[in-house]
Amino acid sequence: MSADRDEDTSEERARPAVEERGTSNLMRPAIENEGTTNTMSSLTTQAVESLPGALRKADPRHLVRQPVLFVVWISAVLTTVLACIHPSWFSFLVAIWLWATILFANLAESVAEGRGKAQADTLRKTRATATARRITYGGGEEEVPAAELKLDDRVVVEAGQVIPGDGDVVEGIATVDESAITGESAPVVREAGGDRCAVTGGTTVLSDRIVVRITARPGETFIDRMISLVEGAERQKTPNEIALGILLTVLTIIFLLAVATIPSLAGWNGPKPSVLVLVALLVCLIPTTIGALLSAIGIAGMDRLVQRNVLAMSGRAVEAAGDVSTLLLDKTGTITLGNRQAADIIVVGDGEASEVHRLAHLSSLADETPEGRSIVDWTADRLGTHHDSPSGATVVPFTAQTRMSGVDLPDGTQLRKGAAGSVCRLVRESGGAGADEAMAIADRVSADGGTPLVVSVGCEGGATDAVGVIHLKDVIKPGMVERFAQLRRMGIRTVMITGDNPLTAKAIADEAGVDDFLAEATPEDKMRLIRTEQEGGRLVAMTGDGTNDAPALAQADVGVAMNTGTSAAKEAGNMVDLDSDPTKLIDIVGIGKQLLITRGALTTFSIANDLAKYFAIIPAMFVAIYPGLDSLNIMRLHSSNSAILSAVIFNALIIVALIPLSLKGVRYRPLRADQMLARNILIYGLGGVIAPFIGIKIIDLIVQFLPGM
Amino acid sequence: MSEQVSGLLTIGVLVLALAAVHVPLGDYLARVFTSDRDLAVERAFYRLCGVDPRSSQRWSRYAVSVGAFTVVSLVFLGALLMMQQHLPLARGASMDWHTAVNTSISFVTNTNWQSYAGESGASALVQTLGLAVQNFVSAAVGIAVAIALIRGLAARHTGTIGNFWVDLTRAVVRVLLPIAFVGAVVLLAGGVIQDLSAPQTISTITGGHQTIESGLVASQEAIKELGTNGGGYFNANSAHPFENPNAFTNLVEIFLILVIPFSLPRTYGRLVGDKRQGLAVVGFMAFLWTAMLVVITWAEQAASTSPTGAMEGKEVRLGVWASALFANSTTATSTGAVDSMHESYSPIGGGGALTNMLLGEITPGGVGSGLYGALVVAILAVFIAGLMVGRTPEILGKQVGRKEITYAALYTIVTPALVLVGTAAALVVSKAKAGMLATGPHGLSEMLYAYASASNNNGSAFAGLTADQPYLNLTLGACMLIGRFLPMFLVLALAGAFAAQHQRPTTEGTMPTHTPLFSGLMVGVALLVTGLTFLPALALGPLAEALS
Repeated sequence: MSADRDEDTSEERARPAVEERGTSNLMRPAIENEGTTNTMSSLTTQAVESLPGALRKADPRHLVRQPVLFVVWISAVLTTVLACIHPSWFSFLVAIWLWATILFANLAESVAEGRGKAQADTLRKTRATATARRITYGGGEEEVPAAELKLDDRVVVEAGQVIPGDGDVVEGIATVDESAITGESAPVVREAGGDRCAVTGGTTVLSDRIVVRITARPGETFIDRMISLVEGAERQKTPNEIALGILLTVLTIIFLLAVATIPSLAGWNGPKPSVLVLVALLVCLIPTTIGALLSAIGIAGMDRLVQRNVLAMSGRAVEAAGDVSTLLLDKTGTITLGNRQAADIIVVGDGEASEVHRLAHLSSLADETPEGRSIVDWTADRLGTHHDSPSGATVVPFTAQTRMSGVDLPDGTQLRKGAAGSVCRLVRESGGAGADEAMAIADRVSADGGTPLVVSVGCEGGATDAVGVIHLKDVIKPGMVERFAQLRRMGIRTVMITGDNPLTAKAIADEAGVDDFLAEATPEDKMRLIRTEQEGGRLVAMTGDGTNDAPALAQADVGVAMNTGTSAAKEAGNMVDLDSDPTKLIDIVGIGKQLLITRGALTTFSIANDLAKYFAIIPAMFVAIYPGLDSLNIMRLHSSNSAILSAVIFNALIIVALIPLSLKGVRYRPLRADQMLARNILIYGLGGVIAPFIGIKIIDLIVQFLPGM
Repeated sequence: MSEQVSGLLTIGVLVLALAAVHVPLGDYLARVFTSDRDLAVERAFYRLCGVDPRSSQRWSRYAVSVGAFTVVSLVFLGALLMMQQHLPLARGASMDWHTAVNTSISFVTNTNWQSYAGESGASALVQTLGLAVQNFVSAAVGIAVAIALIRGLAARHTGTIGNFWVDLTRAVVRVLLPIAFVGAVVLLAGGVIQDLSAPQTISTITGGHQTIESGLVASQEAIKELGTNGGGYFNANSAHPFENPNAFTNLVEIFLILVIPFSLPRTYGRLVGDKRQGLAVVGFMAFLWTAMLVVITWAEQAASTSPTGAMEGKEVRLGVWASALFANSTTATSTGAVDSMHESYSPIGGGGALTNMLLGEITPGGVGSGLYGALVVAILAVFIAGLMVGRTPEILGKQVGRKEITYAALYTIVTPALVLVGTAAALVVSKAKAGMLATGPHGLSEMLYAYASASNNNGSAFAGLTADQPYLNLTLGACMLIGRFLPMFLVLALAGAFAAQHQRPTTEGTMPTHTPLFSGLMVGVALLVTGLTFLPALALGPLAEALS
């Protein structure tokens, strides 16, 4: 048995993703600006580390898949040849900077991939290399390498051993340390049957013995998939990326035509511009900036999800997240805290409020449920003190039959607290008072969406009176109301899914401010809701963990499976949240949007840049034929050569300058579409027109001192 | 009244008239193409052609119908032109084969580039049976395709975009014929001639002889402008006093040129169920039309008052302002009729007319073609800017994905490619160069203008170029044919792709396409795409001329 994995793995848990956990709140500045000098310097380090990778990518066989960069590559080769035939400072400088353009473009992609690689390496170390104890047909056990396990093999795993592959527990119950995948150190319980049967290869059983049925082939396990996802090995271009690629290719063709026809147009009336100058113009015009950064933006988008401990199975899913217009949110755990809490105690009859509070307090002291504790806290607040359980009191535990719990005090007083129907029946049967009134109050509480608990007091053999009704209610998680308001402003509809009755559901939905709710929801209802929304042209996102969620997860455009969920759910969804935090769905939408915005902003910036480059190069190119065109040289650049070289250098450097932005993503705030549009057009459209005028001028001021200018 | 005041008054009256008919005409057009009733004459035509007017076509079938109709039109018109000397009313008119090819393409593509002289190149019979018929149907084809694109955008997952034969018939019968009839009567009242008498030979003051042709001018003049055709009855086109005798007819002709292109956006807004969408498009068109009018008027005004300036190429009857207004409207609409000679304009003025065409005839563009061209610009704008609101780009609830952007991007590239390659090739072919009048940058402008005019189906010319020769006739013919129908088929494919999609609901998260901001965005995209493509060419032509 090679389950000799010990404490040293715990260090590996501290991967970067873990540090980010819990603080991820997209609506707040979490991603606005991660970094100051710190991230900048780490970026520089990453860039240096990525250089060899970037150099390898300068292979034309790699570049041919990116038409824009391939044109730059051909241009660089051409200028190099020309520079060798007719050597001059100018031609060599242009050739060098064209090669630099390619290098910088590949650097962007390498840096983005490098970030994922670090995470993949950590994961790889945790991958199970163990042998497995396979149960043979005869019922015996045999030891086989984990890599030889087949589907439906059954393996035995005991405390201290590493689970050899993904599977479902078919026998037994055990606590499992899943920190290798989730970064969460608290062990989780895995048991046969139900929604907590899935185990992941590479995690460690801490106690007991389980039999696991293998559900994934070696090499296709969850960890394997995680590795290839974060490494970007399986990265395929997303639909929107492909569409944008087509536009960029067509733009490249237009510019190719515009440049290729210049010799004929100019030659009609004077000397033709040199091939070197034309090539320089071409490279400046084609959208190199966005062409270079496009794949880095995509990788970085996936990476941002990984940093929030969400694994997207495809880039397409991340994109779809940005398009989501309906969010299905489970009530419990997402919208409300997991449990109900005491919100009020209503006195039955004309008793003293403080006395009722005291009785409720005493009745709940022994109640260890979160509800019970919330009653103790609430009443202690009102009473100003925290009572101890009276000595000699007998605890009456909750049972499904009585549907109430309580305490028998040494003086014979019997305190009971429980479901309104049961307690009131007890009161009536004992001939006590207040049953009708308590029932009426309880109904009112129910109508408000709360859960009523009736408190009664009596003595052995005597009448039991109903004295108060505790109003338990769902507590909306702090900040959720604001978030829903934000989502509505962004045009996203929120639907709350709950098993509660419609009355209760409506009350909570109103309080939380969600747009709609689905009460007494069955998996079929969920499925139907998703279909209806989709038929109306809406994209739907949801979270789920149970096996019965699987069809809905598969049907939804963005289905986020909880890592605690079953393997069926994880298979069906297109994302897995390792923290199993359903609230994260909202963050995921934001990340999807941020990815698209970054892509659009840099495209706009890249195209808008061209105007200034024309103003630099056209006068430089034609001023010999038509001196009058010098008045187009509005930047007053030093000479024709310096103007062209400055434009080429700007074109290369802007890629480097924008790498941090493409990795970090454009700052995203939940605004209405029209506000966001106006803002981004101003920054990236207008900014894209103006920035290169300044940049080229500055470069020209330096470049003019070079020889050959 | 000074020329400025009369010029401004003319523009004011024109704008008011266009604004007045925008809503009623736009709504009328919307009703025409959604009505489920057929007129008797239409039913007769459908029976004759075996068309089921209630059937709706997929885009491929619609495109095949357009193609079939075009081929038949080309063959018929080509044959008519080649054989005109053997037909009645010939009066000695005849054409070379290459001129006939060029002319038939020219009229079928709604370009109406005339490499022949109007009155002597085509007989009265051909003018009426061939050219005038094409003036109607080629315009109707443009309207039909625009309506098909709108249907695609408005469709909910139907996959079909209407019936070409129905759209064509209705555009002719219910739109073009009635308006052209009214237009012709007004022009007739304004002094445009309409008679079939024999040509008169008169003696001029200097003792020479001049043959004055006449013909059914007013009727052809109306559809020439209304259908944004532009092929003149006379060689001098709307500068000829029989075609355009005075300031009033000049205004009426400009109105007819602009009336349908400026009203179609309203039809678009109507048909997609959101009138503001149409308003945004009309805002985009009007902004660029106005901007270019300012540029051309300013340039011509400055040129005519400068010491070296002259009125060369302009009619004294009409003056600078009215000429500039006509020039701007005719080049911004793919009409190509002229009431002054653009060749003689100042570099900036002529460059402005050229720019109008290079923009792709979208401000407001030809009948139908202007609207679908503008919508392609809108789609490009949505694609680039739409990402910046964090969603996959969509227009009117239809996603702009891989297929859609491919069609839209290819549409954008077709005419620039024709213009650039055509011009560059012609400048190195000695036969083509022989036809050029000017040298230096103006010569380049001449050639660039010719290919821009043909590829964008405008039809006006820098008259200095002698285009009636095989090389130019055939290459310009090819430009006209490809420049008309390739984009048209791409638009139909786009319509089909949109029609197959579900419609997504509009939310706060959807990028609005009905705001002034979006109109501005369209202006930006149109200018940027055109500017980046043609800046080198414009720098070597009009700009070099203006700055030297």
